[in-house]
Amino acid sequence: MFKVLAKERLAENIYRTVIEAPKIARKRKAGQFVMLRVDEPGERIPLTISDADPEAGTITIVFQTVGYTTKLLGTLEAGDYVLDVAGPLGHPTHVEKFGTVVSIGGGLGIALGRSITEALYKAGNHVIAIISARNKSLLILEEEMKKICSELMVATDDGSYGFHGFPTQVLQQLIDSGRKIDLVVAVGPVPLMAAVSKLTKPYGIKTIVSLNPIMVDATGMCGACRVTVGGVTRFGCVEGPEFDGHQVDYDELMKRLKTYAEQEKEMDARFVAARSREIQEVKR
Amino acid sequence: MTDSPTCPEAHDLKAAKKIPRQKMPEREPRQRMKHFDEVPMGYTPELAQKEAKRCLQCKKPLCRIGCPVEIDIPAFIKCIVEGDFVGSARNLKEYNALPAVCGRVCPQEDQCEKVCILTKKGISVAIGNLERFAADYERNKGTITLPKIPAPTGYRVAVVGSGPAGLTAAGELVKMGHEVVVFEALHKPGGVLVYGIPEFRLPKAIVEAEIDYLKKLGVKIEVDAAIGKVATIDELLSNGFDAVFVATGAGLPLFMGIPGENLCGVYSANEYLTRVNLMKAYNSHYVTPVLRKRRIAVVGGGNVAMDAARTALRMGTEEVYIVYRRSRSEMPARIDEIHHGEEEGLKFMLLTNPIRVLGDEKGWVKGLECIKMELGEPDSSGRRRPVPVQGSEFILDVDCVIMAIGTSPHPLVPMTTPGLKVTPKGNIMANEETGQSSKEGVFAGGDIVTGAATVILAMGAGKKAAQAIDQYVRNKVRVS
Ligand SMILES: Cc1cc2nc3c(=O)[nH]c(=O)nc-3n(C[C@H](O)[C@H](O)[C@H](O)COP(=O)(O)OP(=O)(O)OC[C@H]3O[C@@H](n4cnc5c(N)ncnc54)[C@H](O)[C@@H]3O)c2cc1C
Ligand SMILES: Cc1cc2nc3c(=O)[nH]c(=O)nc-3n(C[C@H](O)[C@H](O)[C@H](O)COP(=O)(O)OP(=O)(O)OC[C@H]3O[C@@H](n4cnc5c(N)ncnc54)[C@H](O)[C@@H]3O)c2cc1C
Ligand code: SF4
Ligand code: SF4
Ligand code: FES
Repeated sequence: MFKVLAKERLAENIYRTVIEAPKIARKRKAGQFVMLRVDEPGERIPLTISDADPEAGTITIVFQTVGYTTKLLGTLEAGDYVLDVAGPLGHPTHVEKFGTVVSIGGGLGIALGRSITEALYKAGNHVIAIISARNKSLLILEEEMKKICSELMVATDDGSYGFHGFPTQVLQQLIDSGRKIDLVVAVGPVPLMAAVSKLTKPYGIKTIVSLNPIMVDATGMCGACRVTVGGVTRFGCVEGPEFDGHQVDYDELMKRLKTYAEQEKEMDARFVAARSREIQEVKR
Repeated sequence: MTDSPTCPEAHDLKAAKKIPRQKMPEREPRQRMKHFDEVPMGYTPELAQKEAKRCLQCKKPLCRIGCPVEIDIPAFIKCIVEGDFVGSARNLKEYNALPAVCGRVCPQEDQCEKVCILTKKGISVAIGNLERFAADYERNKGTITLPKIPAPTGYRVAVVGSGPAGLTAAGELVKMGHEVVVFEALHKPGGVLVYGIPEFRLPKAIVEAEIDYLKKLGVKIEVDAAIGKVATIDELLSNGFDAVFVATGAGLPLFMGIPGENLCGVYSANEYLTRVNLMKAYNSHYVTPVLRKRRIAVVGGGNVAMDAARTALRMGTEEVYIVYRRSRSEMPARIDEIHHGEEEGLKFMLLTNPIRVLGDEKGWVKGLECIKMELGEPDSSGRRRPVPVQGSEFILDVDCVIMAIGTSPHPLVPMTTPGLKVTPKGNIMANEETGQSSKEGVFAGGDIVTGAATVILAMGAGKKAAQAIDQYVRNKVRVS
């Protein structure tokens, strides 16, 4: 059992939760994730370790409530428990001094790429972080990100804050301005990672993406997390989650992520029904 | 004759031969398809005693040679004849920590029962069924007693992986007075016994009971602990463990490398079985999803293929095909399982090999292109090599494909342990008798060493390694 120590709402449907997990906190490196199961009938889901405090023995996760398990997780408050947290899993980010690094985080991806950005910044890189969201109210972690990069740029799709447009447009401007970019890291929705990779490829700028395939065990035992990279099937959990963005078959990844769409909808409806029943009971 | 019975009055050959082998009652195929209850229901005491009486109580029992852990088979059977069922179970446990499991899943027809003297004369004693009976009897009666544990030795041993090899080693080591911690990457201990072998063949309550027993003996089990990640083998050794036993299994599933294998609806058997067994997708109370398709092809001919196929039938699949490239006589699955599968309606597409998975525009499986095979010259395994028949391609109308063509060694520990020698296939190299690896203080056994094998062989390796580890830690000069 793993104790929830704090919970905070960052934006609509996005929460940040701090969990007591001393062994993971001590071991984790940038780019790694945990497998988490809230309760006994629960499903195992992968969540990135957004931050950790080895002294306090805590890890921080940031998640978006998209379906049954993340919604359930969203109901946990400080003092509640999570049944299983296994990790740190996946390869850590390859960190070295590359020179100038552009780190792109879209939506929730800002939180997922946070540790990567921080590690690259601490390794002495000049890190330009481009963070983006659909609109201002959905933009998360702006203040935190400022502390772990050299320059911060903000974009919103609707122009309600920062640059009006997509983060890829900001990246294009950077490239056009003639700045030498040694590495691009993109974390976020699959279409964003695909778009960034497509943009950087003709310039030959090395691009790393952190993939989010469906996972079950995340120990290399099932192959649910198969992704095609450079024409070869790789297991995302033990060989990733980070891959060369120019080699990834994003179309396949998008399709595979929809495998359980129907059943997920059913589960979601079940969750909402159960919650509204509980709320009714509390009212009574 | 070497097989002269010890007590000819009770067990004379002629009388024994008159008793037919007692069949274990089974659930009807049509009835059992609706749920995941165990198919064979176990002997009643009467049936067990009748079967036990068939054993000739050989002075030099051949059956023991066939058993990888050399259970004293005539002795435990004799107890059953005498009505001392609990005594029988205790006798079994001196050799085998998991008799209720082995009685169910051992390939007895290739081991103890194959060499039982009665096999030559007709049909062997049902050793596995009897083993299961005695173990179940003891468990159900709740008469399990704990052995006396010697005073603590002060030595600490880490066991990595909680499958049959790890659990057996842990049990042996704790009984020698050592402190044992088992690390398991998943949230539940048991290895393949919990994530792979389905409920209808091995009820999970039995595995849980065996693990509870180990915990009562003092074995500590840490789940959610992937070694190589949360701690490396070297870190275990430098943080207070005197030795490590690596029993991480051969869990990495293989795929064929044919086009279309990453379409939605193509599973490895491990994924399909894990979703249904470990994550209990068959139970509507649980939330892990699994695809429920109408027509499924399972590729492969071993136990794993049979388990996936029979699971698929129970999940309500209309047609389940076994696609296997050789003929029936080469199928590595247990005869009982093939037979059960047949009764339940599996369709066998033998001498057939998949060459491509066909998909629709949304990325879903819509068929499996196969080619007919014929048997040519024998290959290195001594089996006749299947060769494709030119122009015999055809499309099997399925909407889901499960690949059950084998697994390779679990990579996490080899990847993260410098100095640990592995074979080109990734199996840890270890001494067959002791489990000693190329690295001081590190022992290994079970599927991670041998490649996918059997429960009883993994247990045998765990037992031998426990002996060697005991010697090793006692002889080790402690620097403190
Ligand atoms: C390495 C990795 C790190 C991730 N980190 C984060 C994170 O830090 N924060 C966050 O909010 N999300 C993260 N995700 C995605 C997260 O795992 C899914 O959002 C979550 O599993 C959804 O579960 P659900 O029951 O709430 O929703 P569901 O309704 O079950 O699913 C919604 C969508 O999530 C995806 N999904 C479903 N099940 C899984 C699964 N078992 N594994 C992966 N994806 C799945 C599918 O695309 C699905 O359509 C990560 C995924 C991976 C692979
Ligand atoms: C579907 C199926 C059906 C089978 N049917 C039969 C049968 O009928 N009869 C029979 O005799 N055999 C059968 N087998 C084979 C048998 O189950 C195996 O040979 C046996 O389980 C091997 O035992 P093991 O202890 O070596 O490994 P496993 O049982 O594979 O256990 C290894 C354990 O180690 C854990 N692990 C892996 N890496 C790490 C790590 N880095 N850190 C911590 N933990 C880790 C795994 O999660 C797993 O729990 C079957 C196998 C399968 C897959
Ligand atoms: S453990 Fe297996 S091989 Fe040995 S006697 Fe029992 S069933 Fe036979
Ligand atoms: S089981 Fe068979 S070989 Fe073993 S003692 Fe009995 S009759 Fe002899
Ligand atoms: S999630 Fe099972 S192998 Fe990667």
